[in-house]
Amino acid sequence: MPNSLTYSFAVEAGDFNKGGDAAGKIKKILKLAGLPSTVIRRAAIIAYEAEMNIVIHSVGGALRLNLNPERVELIAKDSGPGITDVSLAMQEGYSTASDEIRALGFGAGMGLPNIRHNADHFAIESQVGVGTTLEVYIDVNVS
Amino acid sequence: MKLQEICDILCADVIVRFDPDAEAITACGSDLISDILRFIKSETVLLTGLPTLQMIKAAQLLDLNAIVVVRGKQPTKDVIEIAKNNKIPVLCTKLPLFEACGRLYAKGLQGCSEYTAQGDEHRAE
Repeated sequence: MPNSLTYSFAVEAGDFNKGGDAAGKIKKILKLAGLPSTVIRRAAIIAYEAEMNIVIHSVGGALRLNLNPERVELIAKDSGPGITDVSLAMQEGYSTASDEIRALGFGAGMGLPNIRHNADHFAIESQVGVGTTLEVYIDVNVS
Repeated sequence: MKLQEICDILCADVIVRFDPDAEAITACGSDLISDILRFIKSETVLLTGLPTLQMIKAAQLLDLNAIVVVRGKQPTKDVIEIAKNNKIPVLCTKLPLFEACGRLYAKGLQGCSEYTAQGDEHRAE
């Protein structure tokens, strides 16, 4: 594997047909890279939750995968509207998803908690009216 | 438990076929995608009343062994197509979620929960 590989995926707001495709591609990339199945599983869950957060809650954004021999790093960045209370959003079971979104199987209030649960490093920054940036990584050699 | 046995216990129709030797070690019943992503283990069959495109994508990400659609619901053609393309067996039963899970559990298929003896002690306190 080269020292570092970067892949970027645009994520459209409200597109539930394409939503989850970036996570699927990321899983395939990690499989091809020969990473342990536990790392692939954790990264796939993080990527999916981050991607669907952009689809459901933002006005659009992107998901980036940085892959190097030590880490699988995932960065999700969107263009707003931002999270009013990040600590509340981190609580398991808390969700602002609409009834229409819940009818699709989302809105469990586990998205960000699932990301934190599967990450070795978790950082989130959000500004109302500007957007949200999520940076996480998994230590490949620890999992 | 063999998928064929699961199919028989639930009187299920096979929508997307499975390997005759295929089996599952655990099962999970849920209609919430994030709960599935959090609690489901590998070698698992998912029971759900929500056979959506996103549920199939989640199943694919988690390498689930099969999806059982409950409450007599039928997945749409595009959902079936994606399940076929990704080799995810799909069964359909008229049983509701609780009853379908109960039948499988009673026949020895374990859940994904880690709630074991320690949890029971806690509950008894």
